[in-house]
Amino acid sequence: MTAALRFDQIRLPEECEKLRHEVRAFLAEEIAAGTFNPHEPQREDTDVPEFSRRVGERGWIGMTWPKKYGGHERTFLERYVVTEEMRIANAPTRRFFVADRQSGPVLLKYANERIKMDIVPRICRGEVCFAIGMSEPNSGSDLFAAKTKATKADGGWLINGTKIWTTSAHMADYMLAIFRTSPPTKENRRHGLTQFLVDMKTPGITVNPIEQISGLKEFNEVVFQDAFMPDDHVLGEIDGAWKQATSELAYERSGPERFLETYYVLTELVRALGSKPDTRGAEGIGRLVAQLHTMRRMSVSVAGMLQAGKEPVVEASIVKDIGTIWEQQLPHRVRDLAAFIDTDASNHSTLEDQLAFATKIAPKLTIQGGTTEVLRGIIARGLGLR
Amino acid sequence: MTENIVAETAERIFSDLADAQNLNNATNEGWKTPLWAALTDAGLPLTWVPEDCDGSGASLADGFSVASSVGRFAVPVPLVETMLAGWLLSQAGLPSPAGKMTVAPARPQDRVTISADGSLSGRVRGVPFASDAAHIAAIAQDAKGYSIALVEASACRIEAGESLGSDASNTVTFDNVKPLSSRPASPGTTPASLMLMGATVRSLQIAGALETMLDMTVRYSNERVAFEKQISKFQAVQHNLARLAGEVAAAVAAAGSAADAIANSSAFDDAVFLEAASAKIRCAEAAEKGTAIAHQVHGAIGFSMEHILHRYTLRALGWRDDFGHESYWATELGKFVAARGADELWPLVASR
Repeated sequence: MTAALRFDQIRLPEECEKLRHEVRAFLAEEIAAGTFNPHEPQREDTDVPEFSRRVGERGWIGMTWPKKYGGHERTFLERYVVTEEMRIANAPTRRFFVADRQSGPVLLKYANERIKMDIVPRICRGEVCFAIGMSEPNSGSDLFAAKTKATKADGGWLINGTKIWTTSAHMADYMLAIFRTSPPTKENRRHGLTQFLVDMKTPGITVNPIEQISGLKEFNEVVFQDAFMPDDHVLGEIDGAWKQATSELAYERSGPERFLETYYVLTELVRALGSKPDTRGAEGIGRLVAQLHTMRRMSVSVAGMLQAGKEPVVEASIVKDIGTIWEQQLPHRVRDLAAFIDTDASNHSTLEDQLAFATKIAPKLTIQGGTTEVLRGIIARGLGLR
Repeated sequence: MTENIVAETAERIFSDLADAQNLNNATNEGWKTPLWAALTDAGLPLTWVPEDCDGSGASLADGFSVASSVGRFAVPVPLVETMLAGWLLSQAGLPSPAGKMTVAPARPQDRVTISADGSLSGRVRGVPFASDAAHIAAIAQDAKGYSIALVEASACRIEAGESLGSDASNTVTFDNVKPLSSRPASPGTTPASLMLMGATVRSLQIAGALETMLDMTVRYSNERVAFEKQISKFQAVQHNLARLAGEVAAAVAAAGSAADAIANSSAFDDAVFLEAASAKIRCAEAAEKGTAIAHQVHGAIGFSMEHILHRYTLRALGWRDDFGHESYWATELGKFVAARGADELWPLVASR
């Protein structure tokens, strides 16, 4: 019997709804104060440090982490609510989101006490930005082909090589990266990579922006030339990074950001079609809403199962596979449904601008953070096919 | 697989007496009598009938689990239809008779009316298992509102017909039919309530059938050898199966969510509407995509009558037609969302 796919019926508890209202009120204040425009996802690469700090002051970064390190010991479901409300509002979360989702948990697990006490509280205050250094010019999905080298030196390591497509590296204070400390072995091609904490101010690091087809410059090439990393910046086992990357990925894969990236075009479609759409419009909206509702129920379920200590690895990968394809197709479906809309509709130019932007970013959605092909390989393994 | 004793009982009976391969091999319908007798002995047809009406008085949640099991085993007898009929009758405080039942109307466009003398009129299509049922529970409109009526099937004109899965599915004409009993429906019970219940039950069945299809298809791909290796080792096949798993996951999640919503709600309100409509829409989409992949991986053998795959795929596809086509639900859901306005869409989704 194939392992059954399981989605526990998780409903967000009362404290989450109270929190949701607090987050909405906060975002409404920020919008009113002109911090960001919720109708302009096109500006998602803007860095708004003071917004990050105010989110930190509210206690909405590092929500699930120990209080000792500045965290708030709240639940993953509470974090879920904050994440989805920020995403829906197109809030400028870029500065803290990666640290909150991925980097903080890695530091808490693998960094030494001094580093944890130094950096994690600053993440929680919204003061520091993290990047993830995985891909290299000849190593993308095939993580274990990474060649950027860490050579042992007195008291640390010298790094030489190039990371690429590194989101936010231009504004990051730190990067979590994998470097090659030994060659792979015959038995294990994954052997020989080590995870490091990189201080981006280290001499020998050059960040070159790369313009994307969307017009944004959110990702970069990062060149290391004899950049020195002290010994205590090694995270976890030397040569054993491959053992450290699996269970955290369930959080990374299944969050609301994996299907809400282009949500704004659906809102504007509903607005443009008006309160009494024709049958074609109504059916189109209805299908999209049913699909969205289903994905959110799956995603909430995975968050709840993780909170309960389960490891829904296959389910999480499925959420990302289905979710990213949905958000990628959404601008195209909306374009179809908007084909006959009166160009005098009050939000027509907003919809047009948003559609153009969403269509341009759509291709990246099934590439970043694990391609569709990689995810399907993981799902296939979970099904017992590999 | 299941977590409650009612559904476990159902699955044990299905394993013993409704094995898909045995039913597929059978040359007559001799299996039907012992299967229905065992289900009746276990009290399953009257799962949703309160104990004071001689039913089993199980919870809505328990009954929904039975519906999932019916899907997983592609059971070709009117178990969920009888459960729905018992539930409908209990919404007017009417006791349920023994034997097989079904419900009318089974499509949102169809109407049954009840005249001043208490007789029923109307022509309703696609009534599942009407020709197998002894009784039909109908929700009918009168001048004041809605009544629930229990009718002898033999008093109605029932046209021959079958679903995609070759189960009976009939057009039923009520031509001034005197019901055995009828009473006003409890406040809030309307034909829409029956559609929402029916849509949720069919969604659970589709999801259950898809679970079995995934299981069968994975197993087959690990057994079948082509080009000197198991076909499960081909990346193209792996990715098809991963997509099938995604569709199964979506169907299981959507149907389970709708069942959970109804089981924990005191009314057929907006939340239940969103959940049940979404489940029927998404499960129907999953049926289309999922059955195609299951057949593709099985190749020609899965297209043969002797193989059991069709028992699941054709039923899953056929169940899309009952209690509201997905296009009906999508149109209704779209109208509902549009009437509330663009800025209320996210709060609606987030409320679930």
